Formats: sequence, structure tokens, C-alpha cells
Amino acid sequence: MELIAGFFRELYDNTGWNFVFLYEQYEYDRVLEGMWVSIKLIVASLIFSLVVGFIGAWAQGANSRIVRYGIAGYIQLFRNTPPFVQILFFYFVLGNLIPTYDAGGYQEGYIDSFGWAVISLGFFAGAFNTEIFRSGIEAVPESTREAAEALGYTRLQSYMHVIFPLAFRVCLPALNNNLVNLLKTTTLAYGIAVPEMMYTANQIWSDNVNVSEMMIFLFFFYVGLVAVLVYGMHKWEKSMKIPGYG
Amino acid sequence: MDTGKGMRNNSMSSADGSIATDMPVLLPVVEQSRQAALIERREGTYRLNMQPRHALWVVVIFIVAGATAQAATPEGLISPMAAIFKWAPFILWGPEGQLTGFALNLIISFFAMLIGTVAGVALGLMQISLLLPVRRGSWLVTQFFRNSPWLVLLFTIMLLFPFEIDLGFVVIPIPDWMKAVIGFSLPVMANISEVVRGAVISLPSGQWESAESLAFTRRQTLWMIILPQCVKRMIPPWINWYCILAMATPISSIMGVEESVTFTAQALNAEGDRPELIPVFYAFLLIIYFVYTYPIARWSIQLEKKFAVKT
Amino acid sequence: MSEISSNGGAAWTSDQPMVSIKDVHKSFGDLKVLNGISMDVMKGECICIIGPSGSGKSTLIRCVNALNDVQQGSILVEGLEVNDPGLDKLELRKKVGMVFQQYNLFPHKTAIQNIMMAPIQVLKQDEKEVEERARMLVKKVRLEGKEDSYPGELSGGQQQRVAIARSLAMTPDVMLFDEVTAALDPETVKEVLVTIQDLAEEGMTCILVTHEMGFAREVANHIYFTDRGIIVEHGTPATFFDDAKDPRTKEFLSQIL
Repeated sequence: MELIAGFFRELYDNTGWNFVFLYEQYEYDRVLEGMWVSIKLIVASLIFSLVVGFIGAWAQGANSRIVRYGIAGYIQLFRNTPPFVQILFFYFVLGNLIPTYDAGGYQEGYIDSFGWAVISLGFFAGAFNTEIFRSGIEAVPESTREAAEALGYTRLQSYMHVIFPLAFRVCLPALNNNLVNLLKTTTLAYGIAVPEMMYTANQIWSDNVNVSEMMIFLFFFYVGLVAVLVYGMHKWEKSMKIPGYG
Repeated sequence: MDTGKGMRNNSMSSADGSIATDMPVLLPVVEQSRQAALIERREGTYRLNMQPRHALWVVVIFIVAGATAQAATPEGLISPMAAIFKWAPFILWGPEGQLTGFALNLIISFFAMLIGTVAGVALGLMQISLLLPVRRGSWLVTQFFRNSPWLVLLFTIMLLFPFEIDLGFVVIPIPDWMKAVIGFSLPVMANISEVVRGAVISLPSGQWESAESLAFTRRQTLWMIILPQCVKRMIPPWINWYCILAMATPISSIMGVEESVTFTAQALNAEGDRPELIPVFYAFLLIIYFVYTYPIARWSIQLEKKFAVKT
Repeated sequence: MSEISSNGGAAWTSDQPMVSIKDVHKSFGDLKVLNGISMDVMKGECICIIGPSGSGKSTLIRCVNALNDVQQGSILVEGLEVNDPGLDKLELRKKVGMVFQQYNLFPHKTAIQNIMMAPIQVLKQDEKEVEERARMLVKKVRLEGKEDSYPGELSGGQQQRVAIARSLAMTPDVMLFDEVTAALDPETVKEVLVTIQDLAEEGMTCILVTHEMGFAREVANHIYFTDRGIIVEHGTPATFFDDAKDPRTKEFLSQIL
């Protein structure tokens, strides 16, 4: 560790390239904090968006017209409005509606900016996931559906045990794309002061005036995360492969 | 469903456009198909879309937001609806004498799309080049800009790009919004590059082979045979990326560009940050983007259908 | 064996027909598919329904299993009225097993998992018991060694046999077969038919929609010929094939045989 620190200190002295977080403990801790919050944010929004997509896709096949049109309206709304404005709306508008508690002199909402970011991003990506899962569901042959019904499965049971597992495999590539997009979109949480990596980097370069270096680091960080996600999805796709199918 | 189309062999069109037939037993079917055609023309091909319902959702949000806010308005203060009317022009096109606000969002989106498309097509063609270093290099550039968050790219350009370019004989100032244009055009370029590459490789290899056997050079094949066919396939995703771009432009408010979100925040400030106004103003923001993007998205679906039928 | 019917009527006893179809009419929108079908199937009988395409045979047995609703008429399965809007579909599917023409099996589960799924998840039976029963069924349909194969790795005929085993795992009293060999190539058709023949000889009540005339002649107790939504003629194999009365039947038979 000392070697790395020493190397980067020398680099700064000789060339002016200031990767301060690699030789200063304080900045290093800040970066780790930021990275951790970023990763938490990404994982939480990913999972939430998958849940929303799962429920939305099921609801789109519901018998009630109101439910079907409701879901269609939700999808169109979230697809045709800016995600950044959605985050602001959730944080400022809905944030005002929830109850608050006394956090030592000022009122703090029960859901903080991190929570609102997860909710907003989850609904945003969930709208796309609903469509993706829906197209996967429609790719399941009608006769498979009927075979499940003939065996006595209720609609919910056949959705959970038969239809969704098959639909999921069909739509993995499109899902992959959408999840990568979600990862990139999480940076917008910066706008409501969620202390993730982008925000932390901003703080660091405000203190140390090393914008370019932090930028380089940021690029590495995010492109690296995307690479990890793509690799993970690829592995997942492989493990879900059914011998002889598709 | 039988639309009577198969019966056309036995019918003749008369001068006034109605379908005449010499087989009396077909008359009811002919009448049925004429009715069906009239209905189709009146309704358009909007079978799948629930257009009125979607607009209903938007209106519902606005009304709910407005109504709850209206109910909470104390005496003597301007009501939320009136506030919207007062500030809408400001949010939409900024103060007199400049074109900022929502108009600036659109301007940024137009220019970024323009630059992004030109650069993206070039990059996409480079990805299918026969020269390995060109292919590899362009692939790297494409992947890099595709997988970087738009906010990070925007930050990079806005902080590191010079604020003016000194050409010696003239100094060109580069205002914030122009830097934003460049910042947005980078990911657009990368995505258009992928669209172009995808379109080209989706054409059957028979096209290339038959062109080759007719002694076309690679460049001729590309420009006269492959690309014209690709254009059709590229248009729906291209429009889709424009919509995504248009909805990404509010990000530039973080960097202080004077566009719709910035002005909305300023307007709320000017009205004293009253909590009743916040939902209405943000709902208004959502609505103007929805009203702009939704028709474009629907149009691209229509185009997709039209192109699908022809091939 | 007697059962209480769902609408509190008289208990069903085995001297009554197991499946009783009375004057059933069904339309898809404007298209009338079933025009007053009536038939009775006694316990242990093997019935074949034959006829040209579009005559309503598949629709009929789908109605018996409540996959399609009927506009008019009644279908009683062991005393259970299928046309009753308050019908407990689970009760019905415990009595009636169905095998389809195509893509029956769940591709993401192995053969044995396909067979075991429904009894465990729908009937909530004990897993150990179900597994034992499933392995016996695999043996019965002559697919030992293929328990852990995925449907994608099995031939069409093997898949249909797994599908039969899967329906049998629910211990039904009636089995419906909807043209189960129509999508198979001739070599594999035989193995499926042998399996169904075994079932019929063991006393399972079977209703088959099929084009396999040889099978019908050998195995069926009764044959029904449908055309345009009505039963044109019916009889035992002997009377039906050798002594058909209706001209439509004769025409159909001359085309098929």
C-alpha cells in the first residue's frame, strides 16, 4: 500500500497529476464511501426495477380493464418524461407528502434522498422492464400456458412457476441493455445530493482542484462497473440456458 | 376475419369509386368490407394504442396536483394555476430577448442530434472498415462513450472544454449551452454508431455477394446498395435516441445551463418556495416534456409498422 | 366410487356416465362451432372422436376441461357441472387430465420435474410420495433413464409420453387426448399409441380426438364422427368402419382409409 501511495505522491510532485485519493488517507476514505454508496444505489434500484417489472408485466395480463390501462399509462408516462425531472418530482413533491420526524432540531423525512433516488429510478427502469417482460411472456406458446391450466394451476401459480421462468430467459438480452442503462442513470442522483461516487468526486476536486484526475477515475469506475454488470449478466444468461431450447 | 379482399377478382370498381360486382351473392360481403374500410380510415391504424387514455393520465396528474394545491392556498396569495400561467412563458422560452428555458432544451437536443448523427454514422462505418486498427479503434471509442454515464461526460466537457477558442485572428466564445451540446453529442454519437453497425450487419450477406459479383467496389456497394436499404431500418431507433436525448437535456441544469429545470427552480424561488406550488410546477415540467416526446414516439411506431409491411 | 357434485345435487355413482355431454352449443363470436352435441362416456370406456378439421372435435374436449366456455347445454364430469359459473376449476382438473398436440412440457424443467411439479405445487402433496409415484410413471411410459433429461433433449414421441405421465401424476379419472400424435413423425407415433393403449386396457376412461384410424378400430369402445359441429354418426368400431350409414361418414372414411 505504501508503495502505491509513494508512487502517486511522486507522480504529483513530478508531473502535477494529482491522484490525491491514492496517497491521502482522508480522501481515500471518502472515495471508498462514495463507491460504496454508488454500488448500494445501483443494486437497490436494479432489484426494485426488476420487482416493478415483474408485477407490472403480470398486471398487464389482468382481466380488469382499469388495471391494464393504468399500467399502460404508467409506462407511457415514465418513458416519455425526463428521468432527472422524475427524480426531482419524487424528491421534492412526494418527499413533502410523507411524514417527518424530529432529527435534532429540523424535520427529516422517513425516506431520505437515497431512498427517493432508488424509488424514482426503480419506477423509471421498471417501466421499460414491464415492456421487456411482457414481450417475453407473449413469446411463451399458448399451449404451454394451457398445459399449465389443465394441470390445475391458478393464473398466479402458472405465472410464477411456468410462464415467468420461460419468459425471463427470452428477454435476458433486452433486460441486460436496460440494466446497463439504469446503472448509468443512477448518476442523476447527484442532483438530489445523494453522496454517491459522482458527488464525492465533486467534493474532492473542489478541495484539491484536480478535476481531470477525478474525471479519469470516474470514467474508469463507471465503465468498470458496466463491464462487471455485463459480465455478470452474461454468466447468468449462460447458467439459465436450457439444453435444447432456443 | 374476412374483409372481402379475396373477392376482388370478381368485382370491378365503378367510376364513382364504389365497388360493383356481378355476383349478387357477394353484395353483403362487399358492403361489409366497405364499412370496414370507412371505419379504418376514420380511426386510423390506432388499434394498439390507447391514446385518449394516456392523455387522460397526464391530465389526471395535473388536475390532482392542481386541485390539492388549490385547496391549500391561503388568502391573498396567488393560486397555483394562476402561478403556472404567470410563469409558463418564462419556463418555456426564458426572459425576453433570449431563447432559453425549454426552448434551449430543444435547441441543445437538435444540435446534439445533428452532430451526434454525423459523427455516429462516420464512426459506425469505421466499425465495419476492412482495416483492423480502424475497426478496433472505432469499436473502443463506441464502447467507451456508450457505457459512460451521460452526467459524467457532461461534467467532463463542461469543466475541461475551453470557454473560448483562440484562433489567432478571432476568438470564438463558447457559451455553456454549446458545451452542453458537445457533451450530449458524444453518447449520441456512440449509440448511433451502434445503430448503423447493427443495421448494416442485419442485411443478408447475399446483398454484398451479388454486388461483388457485379463488380461494384466496396465503396460503391456501401453507398449505393447497402446504406439506402439501411436508412429505413435505422429511422425508428434514430428517432428513439432523439427522444432519449431530448429527455436527457434537463441534466444540463446541474451545470447551470439556463434551461427548463433551472427556470422552474427560479420561478419557485421567486414565489417564495411555497409548498403548494411545488407539485404543480414539477407536474408542469413533466407535462411539457410528455407533450413533446409522446407524439414523436408514436410517430416512430407508425413508421416502424409502415416499413415492416413493405419488406 | 361416488362423488358429491359441486352444486349439491345427487351424488355420482359409477353406473352413471362418467362424462355426460348434453346438447352443447358453442360459438366463437359469430362462428358456430358446436351445434348441439350430446354424448355419454361410461367409466372405463375408450372413446375416439374423428372428423374433418373445423368440425369442432378439439373444441369439444377443450370444453370438457373448461378451457373454453359453452353458450348452451351441460357437461357433467362425475356429477360436476362444467358449465356452472361457480365451478371450482381445481376440482375439475383433479378429475380430468389432458394431453395436447404441441409444446406441452415445460422446457425449463427436466422430465421428472415436469411430472412432479403439479402434484407438489397444486395438490400440495408430500414430495417423497410424489417422487416415488413419478418414477413409477416414468417406468410405465417406458422412459427409464430419461428422468433427468430436459424436454429439448427428448424426441417428440418421448415428450408426449412424459406429458401423459405428467397428467397421470394428478391421478385423474378421465384422460383427454387432443390429437396428440398429429405433430409427430410416423415412427414415434406408435410408441405414444402403445402407451395410450396400455392405459385404456388398464381401465382408464379415455376420450381421444385423433386421426389414427387403426388405433380407433383396435382400442376404442365407441367412435363418434363429427362434422360441422354435430355428431353425424357413432357406433362401435365394427359397425362404424364396416357398416357406416350416413353418406358424409362414408365420404370421410373413403378419403381417410
